[in-house]
Amino acid sequence: MMSATDTAIINERVEGARGFDVERVRADFPVLSQTVNGKPLVYLDNAASAQVPQIVVERGAKYLREEHSNIHRGVHYLSQRATTAFEGAREKVRRFINAREARECIFTRGCTEGVNLVMYAYGRRVVGAGDEVVVSEMEHHSNIVPWQMLCEEKGARLRVIPMNDDGELILDEFDALLGERTRLVCVNHISNALGTINPIKEIVARSHAQGVPVLVDGAQGAPHLPIDVQDLDCDFYIISGHKMFAPTGSGVVYGKAALLEEMSPFHGGGSMIRSVTFEKTTYAGIPEKFEAGTPAIASQIGLGAAIDYLNSLDRAAAHRHEQDLLTYATERLTAIEGVRIIGAAREKASVLSFIIEDIHPHDIGTVLDYEGIAIRAGHHCAQPVMQHFKLPATARASFAFYNTREEVDRLAEAVEKVLEVLG
Amino acid sequence: MQDLKELYGEVITEHGKKPRNYRVMEAANRKAEGHNPLCGDHLLLYLDLRDGRINDISFQGDGCRIFKASSSMMTHKLKGLGREEAKELFDEFHQMIVGELDAENTPNKLGHLKAFSGVSNFPVRVKCASLPWRTLEAALEGQDTATSEDLGPPLSAAEPG
Repeated sequence: MMSATDTAIINERVEGARGFDVERVRADFPVLSQTVNGKPLVYLDNAASAQVPQIVVERGAKYLREEHSNIHRGVHYLSQRATTAFEGAREKVRRFINAREARECIFTRGCTEGVNLVMYAYGRRVVGAGDEVVVSEMEHHSNIVPWQMLCEEKGARLRVIPMNDDGELILDEFDALLGERTRLVCVNHISNALGTINPIKEIVARSHAQGVPVLVDGAQGAPHLPIDVQDLDCDFYIISGHKMFAPTGSGVVYGKAALLEEMSPFHGGGSMIRSVTFEKTTYAGIPEKFEAGTPAIASQIGLGAAIDYLNSLDRAAAHRHEQDLLTYATERLTAIEGVRIIGAAREKASVLSFIIEDIHPHDIGTVLDYEGIAIRAGHHCAQPVMQHFKLPATARASFAFYNTREEVDRLAEAVEKVLEVLG
Repeated sequence: MQDLKELYGEVITEHGKKPRNYRVMEAANRKAEGHNPLCGDHLLLYLDLRDGRINDISFQGDGCRIFKASSSMMTHKLKGLGREEAKELFDEFHQMIVGELDAENTPNKLGHLKAFSGVSNFPVRVKCASLPWRTLEAALEGQDTATSEDLGPPLSAAEPG
């Protein structure tokens, strides 16, 4: 018979063989090794914002300590170093999403700014009275509200791809929405509220067959899936840095060069011009045309470092680990009487929305926090999803590759405590 | 666990699960809507205010247990009280839930509302307990909406003198 030590060694070997050692990965995130209310922190709010590995912190600090200056302006040494680091991060992004050219990657402060950029610079050009913009029922508010604003301004119409009760888009109904007046389709890669992974290639193919471009909100896609924008063939892909282990204030809009070239500028100001006189201003080429003002240089360089970090992991193994956590957490929570999982898509990322009897998710969140467990409780900035399920809110545990099965156990035990205190 | 048990004590659990005065009031002469857009807590508060006294008070809404219990117990406590008494109660209640009033050891008029003293250990939940009172304040001032965005003390406490 094998001893516990033997089993542990074998488990470690198996993990090693699969290329993913979660304890080693956790050591890269010092923030995880703290206590909350006297208990080890269990961070399960990754869909709201992921933690930043030490190597990214250090890269940002090194920039601020040794390289800081404004970019694209000075002829002096530091400005050149800052510019090189900043543009280096852009090239890392290009490779990360497999864009054809680095100039197709525009730096923004995050997804919300990214969607708004496309709305202002592209949407306002191509959408007119009577036209239609298609979104899905499971979008984050940041991929609904800008399009609503545009439709209101232009007298256009917002159409919505419905979802079924498992939280999957109903593609047959999507086909019926695509028509002569459709100017743009905007969908998320992964639903932040339900975890659903949407069939982006299929949606792009069907849209393109009708000549309609597609914007993908990749806020939750980039941290969980390999992204290949050429393979997806999407026209825009929007990324938020802080959801993928980079600092806040970093983000990317990928756009096909031909579309970006014909788009209007976004913000007016410095950096985005070729020449300015009071009679006439000519704009810089892409990507500078969309990057007015001094950007969050340290954050974007941090995004480049976060990409380096992700590339240093076996991402396939990390994905398997996340899927294992999702399966295990689903089993553990489903086994507790009174718990209901919201979102049962066949393709699902490690995002688990749930409710417990009729206990309000904020009360769940308070008890879990007391146990040192960070989850999100609320509507997840996706109120239409809540309306679909006729719920005011859900509790949501979202897992990253640095989470563990032991943390899932802690979650399940704390959920039982919720029932004890509030049931 | 003690903090949690204090926060979700018997009285709060009872009122949170079975709120009192939970109804539409057709005869209301004051009505205000309270909303916390960040968490979704929401209520409609109905008042029948006669000669400066709260003749009847009721609410309907949805939100967390602290919020529901607070709405229920507020309506229970205020029936029959005068406008000024209600405002004074909110002052005391607010001071208690932000930890500025030790309701056990300092004279006050809070009575059963002392059940909310545990909220002061959970600062992020202060807004849940205070939203119905903010809404009451709006209704008494003749306004029709209140949000829990404002984190300051009650209006009456902020007034000079």
